[in-house]
Amino acid sequence: MMSEYIYTASFYVFAALVIVSALGVVRKTNIMHAALLLVLCFIGVSGLYVLLEADYLAAVQILVYGGAVAIIIILSIMLTHRRRMEETSLANNRGRAAALLGFVFMALLALVIVYTPWSYSPAEPAKLTVFANVLLTGYVLPFEIAAVLLLAAMIGAVLLAKGVEEE
Amino acid sequence: MIGLEHFLFVAAVLFVIGLYGVLTKRNVTAILMSMELMLNAVNINLIAFSRFITPEAMTGQVFAIFTITIAAAELAVGLALVFRIYHDRNTVDAEQLNRMRW
Repeated sequence: MMSEYIYTASFYVFAALVIVSALGVVRKTNIMHAALLLVLCFIGVSGLYVLLEADYLAAVQILVYGGAVAIIIILSIMLTHRRRMEETSLANNRGRAAALLGFVFMALLALVIVYTPWSYSPAEPAKLTVFANVLLTGYVLPFEIAAVLLLAAMIGAVLLAKGVEEE
Repeated sequence: MIGLEHFLFVAAVLFVIGLYGVLTKRNVTAILMSMELMLNAVNINLIAFSRFITPEAMTGQVFAIFTITIAAAELAVGLALVFRIYHDRNTVDAEQLNRMRW
């Protein structure tokens, strides 16, 4: 009983953290603040993964998003901005139309979520060994293709940022 | 009791916030950051479905791993492009990047 209260409370804490920091990411006009709030949002998402009993993905989320993605975003901001930081992440003049579209889309999603008859499974969540088996047997081809994709993206990013030397 | 719907609601709100950011931001880096928010919302959905609908199969978590991989690759190439555009045009404002070379 007690653990259920803790689960509920931590769900709402992480959900509020994710949503408030995501709002900060789109509303802040200083892009460095937005980037740091984005990291906070990623950490909140990893908290939600822990609540969903996906411990491995929570660790991956913190390593990849909280570490690598945060560093390359901040590095790219530092390499590209020279003017006043307070107005580096301005909004364009389509804010009202975008907000309207967002509300309509949100209402649509809420209707779908509420009216779909979800069929909960009573089974216990599987162990991490099942995850490893699924990833390295049934999905081994996508796994290898993802490795090639990462290599291609790395080479492509280096070439794009450095520029090809023309004859 | 926290169920699947609660997680789906959080993911839906996060997705819509990301969509708003993609549509309204002028800075290309900020647009890429909003896209990361949307991809995270998708991952929350995948893992919530994996936990509540098919907890014994774990395919949702495998899909989430692939999404994270592809998001990282996309962000690396995207930020390299931003750096290149800044180098060539001296701006990262999407409103001013409306001229093609030829």
